Amino acid sequence: MEFKTVLTTCPYCGCGCGLLLEVLDGKLIGTLPSKTSPVNEGKLCVKGWTVHEFVTSPNRLTKPMVRKTETLEDASWNEALDLAAKRLKEIKEKYGPDSIGVLTSAKCTNEENYLLQKFTRAAIGTNNIDHCARL
Amino acid sequence: MSTKIKETVQALLAEGKIRGFLGLREESGQIMPHLFCDPKELDHLSLGDRGKPGDARYPLNQILIRLAIEYPEDTFAVLVRGCDERGLKELFKWKQLKEEKIILIGLGCPNELAKACECEKPFPDCLVDGPKGEKVDSQKVARVNGMDLDARLQFWKAEFDRCVKCLGCRNVCPMCFCKECTLEEANLVDTGEVPPANPTFHLVRALHMVGRCIDCGLCEEACPADIPLRTLYKKVADIVSEEFGYKTGFSVDEKSPFNIIEVK
Repeated sequence: MEFKTVLTTCPYCGCGCGLLLEVLDGKLIGTLPSKTSPVNEGKLCVKGWTVHEFVTSPNRLTKPMVRKTETLEDASWNEALDLAAKRLKEIKEKYGPDSIGVLTSAKCTNEENYLLQKFTRAAIGTNNIDHCARL
Repeated sequence: MSTKIKETVQALLAEGKIRGFLGLREESGQIMPHLFCDPKELDHLSLGDRGKPGDARYPLNQILIRLAIEYPEDTFAVLVRGCDERGLKELFKWKQLKEEKIILIGLGCPNELAKACECEKPFPDCLVDGPKGEKVDSQKVARVNGMDLDARLQFWKAEFDRCVKCLGCRNVCPMCFCKECTLEEANLVDTGEVPPANPTFHLVRALHMVGRCIDCGLCEEACPADIPLRTLYKKVADIVSEEFGYKTGFSVDEKSPFNIIEVK
């Protein structure tokens, strides 16, 4: 038997509220706001309160998918990445780099966001980079 | 940290009387709920005081219900203040926990906390450590009582207007154990708008706190809009006490006037 709470940061927006994931025998059973987080001081919004629900949701994407015909189908990472690279190159050559825009995420780390803006500016060649926290 | 509480829990674990102690754990300045199954872990025991007394309290009874569902045959000890003990007395009556499977480790609250909470009984009967503080009357309820009915309704409507419907008051509540919640029932409370139906949404919750709310104040602490929920539910408790002579959480035997049907 093991029950513990794991301190982490809410993945939803860029505020960075501290929350506690309640873990019973390795299973995620609930979320509590952290009383000792200086950011949210024991409070959460409706999304933060339900963080534990999406982790095990059957609707969650767990592998890459490619739209081969009308519908999305399971694909390997190599296949999905090759397709994305090929199409981005084609679009850039035909319409120019400013025809491409990139949306990154407040759910990522600083380092991941840095990498994506670097890729956007240096590899694609556009300043069209923004993030999901501009809601 | 309390040596008395630590030693009491150590003894219970060593004698095999409990499977675990549900309390609070402190590490790197962070305080969080934890089930202590190994006496060695007790060096990290916290009583929920960081900057001020009781400023890092959590709904331990709510977690205890989850543990009891998963491990119905096991006995657990739990850290309780006066309010938590009142909660357990009600949860026993509502058949959410079995009294014989729970050992209460009582902590009395200092005057500073009792005053901030305007607490009716800031210590549990099962006191292991901490003071046996005095009752503090509620100035906040007195202020609301001093308003005429129109002013009172306007006051509450203005407070409820800030609600962002996070449902934190319900989520954190150790007495909200229903599997289905009226607050999410579209036929009873309109959905899809913020603030939620005013004052229906909050008055529905207030009515559901009748005979349940034990005045722990976790709802008000969790409210991002600083709605004085505690004052609202204290007022509800006052009405129940005046009209039905029932004080929530003060006895194990006396049934709530809203729970008179025998549940087998």
